[in-house]
Amino acid sequence: MITSVSTPVSTSASPTVTFQEQATAFAVSATDGAPAPLAALRTAGAEAFARLGFPTTRNEDWRYTSVSAIANTPFVAALERAVGTLEAATLEPYTFGGTWPLVVFLNGRYAPALSSITTLPDGVRVMHLATAAVQEPELLARYLGVSAPADRDGFTALNAAFAGEGVLIHVAKEMVIDVPVHILHVTDASGAGVMSHPRHVLIADRHAKASVIESYVSLADVSYFTNTVVEVAVDDGATLQLLRIQRESPTAFHVGTVEARQGRDSHFMAFTFQTGAALSRSNVFTVLAGAGCGTTLNGLYMLGATQHGDHQTRVEHVAPNCFSREAYKGLLDDASHGVFNGKVYVHPEAQKTDGKQTNNTLLLSKDAQIDTKPQLEIFADDVKCTHGATVGRIDEASLFYMKSRGVGQLLARQLLMYAFAADVLETIENDAVKEALEQLTMVRFTGETHH
Amino acid sequence: MLVINDLHAAIDGKPILKGISLTVNAGEVHAVMGPNGSGKSTLAQVLAGHPAYEVTGGSVTYNGMDLLDMAPEVRAQSGVFLAFQYPIEIPGVTNAYFLRAAYNEIRKSKGLEEVDPMEFLDVVEEKLKLVDMDVSMMSRSVNVGFSGGEKKRNEILQMAVLQPMLAILDETDSGLDIDALRIVANGVNALKRPDNAAIVVTHYQRLLDYIIPDYVHVLAGGRIVKSGDKSLALELEARGYDWVLEAA
Repeated sequence: MITSVSTPVSTSASPTVTFQEQATAFAVSATDGAPAPLAALRTAGAEAFARLGFPTTRNEDWRYTSVSAIANTPFVAALERAVGTLEAATLEPYTFGGTWPLVVFLNGRYAPALSSITTLPDGVRVMHLATAAVQEPELLARYLGVSAPADRDGFTALNAAFAGEGVLIHVAKEMVIDVPVHILHVTDASGAGVMSHPRHVLIADRHAKASVIESYVSLADVSYFTNTVVEVAVDDGATLQLLRIQRESPTAFHVGTVEARQGRDSHFMAFTFQTGAALSRSNVFTVLAGAGCGTTLNGLYMLGATQHGDHQTRVEHVAPNCFSREAYKGLLDDASHGVFNGKVYVHPEAQKTDGKQTNNTLLLSKDAQIDTKPQLEIFADDVKCTHGATVGRIDEASLFYMKSRGVGQLLARQLLMYAFAADVLETIENDAVKEALEQLTMVRFTGETHH
Repeated sequence: MLVINDLHAAIDGKPILKGISLTVNAGEVHAVMGPNGSGKSTLAQVLAGHPAYEVTGGSVTYNGMDLLDMAPEVRAQSGVFLAFQYPIEIPGVTNAYFLRAAYNEIRKSKGLEEVDPMEFLDVVEEKLKLVDMDVSMMSRSVNVGFSGGEKKRNEILQMAVLQPMLAILDETDSGLDIDALRIVANGVNALKRPDNAAIVVTHYQRLLDYIIPDYVHVLAGGRIVKSGDKSLALELEARGYDWVLEAA
């Protein structure tokens, strides 16, 4: 296929070509004088996207999720717009009452005035990606585009092509950090029509312990496209917890990819909370590369209207004696559509693998739909891997029991829905975030603010 | 208080109750006994409004109202309480939250103010003593991980808190050892007042040593085949059910 940057976009042009032109043009213009790690990633991304394009439903990993709505919408790259401003107090409802280090991206652009990363705990470095590319090129080059290479898939390629915004978080060895670093992505009305491609790099050195919150909120009901890639390195004996909270505008598009690589005896935990966006896709991929390490991937999705929410997990057991635990739960109302695909791949060397995966979904209306698929590929003979998926409706026996005590239909249903969601929220170790998400869930189902 | 007249009910099209008539007045305790499959539990479930049962004939009047026309929660708010034979487990909802929600729904239906968690704790504390339950049980999920005896005590606790006018105990004694049985029976007896009533559904006479009935009814084949006083229960214990069924 031959594409030319100078050709005006005709109405008959394939939308992917438009993105491709944008990506190529951006990579060319923004590579000039860009720090080496970013320039390399952009070039690789533009090349990969030209080759891969957007995935189609013919691709097995995208069978239940059509991204044509994204491919057919023109967006302006966040990096080609100026950094906006916002009253800092506007963000208060989204910071969990914490005085934690905060990195704010407004409409896809790093907003230093809204961020507070000046007082960090000892041993933690939090840097804007562009700064890190200049000040720490060697460190960045070791991790950028490594666990999530630019040619992984179309979205990761597009993210690479537009690389520039993001944050590097580095926790030095043996540092145990009690407070999380919060990366808050905010979109307001002026973010309509913007696409942002944040790339975050999280590094926990040997025996370090840290947690990061990655959240997405919107202050206006506008349409935009977020396409994040988070690269995670959890070194030997380290523990990293990532809380992902997707509360985008109901008309937004969101693709969020996490790719982790784990060392010996490490533990990586990711919790994915998904209630926003018209169309969203979450990818959480981890490679258990060192012996004796483990991963815990949990999630809760609550969708309504015609929302589409897709969750993909991939746990690659490379080394022996590792464990993986996955529990995803969902509540689907109205005509919403959920997708869960949990891949567990056990290499021949990964003996004594202990894997457990569950996906439970409650359908709250007859038009709601879930496609759930465990996918176990096991090439070692001494392993224990289980999976289970349930799809159900509100339990009639429980409903009658509650009613027989005087609790009305509406409240009884709400309590049962909340209860269904609550046990996976229980797994969140950060109390403030856990309580905030419990409140969000409770309010969604009961309108009550206490429990 | 309760007038059941020629009640017929079916499940999945299969008739279970085939013409039950029974009158319960305030201050009375009625025991409903009978062999397995006689329709005892169905009667209890139909009175509470279980949606799986279809009422195919007859009427039930409760304090002048058409009970069968009331939603299950409205029946409960009006003072009808069913202690379940198999109490339901509700993971994720604490006992305290559930019971307070029920208590407040009933208060709201009477136009009373709702109580907050602290006030509710005061309400619950003395009732816990009645059934020998520790307050820690309130912060556990409803019936989850409870022993058989704990589940039944939890039913009586709910009854004690909600203070029904008409309590229906569906085989509350089944599966209980003698100590648990005594606790449950003491709880029920402590709640007895001249203005409320109870229907005690049981397979065994044993419970009736502790909860003394004013009337005993024998249910068989979906009908009441014999009624009497507490001596009937003793006779059933001594002679079994066959002689009643034959006589019917």
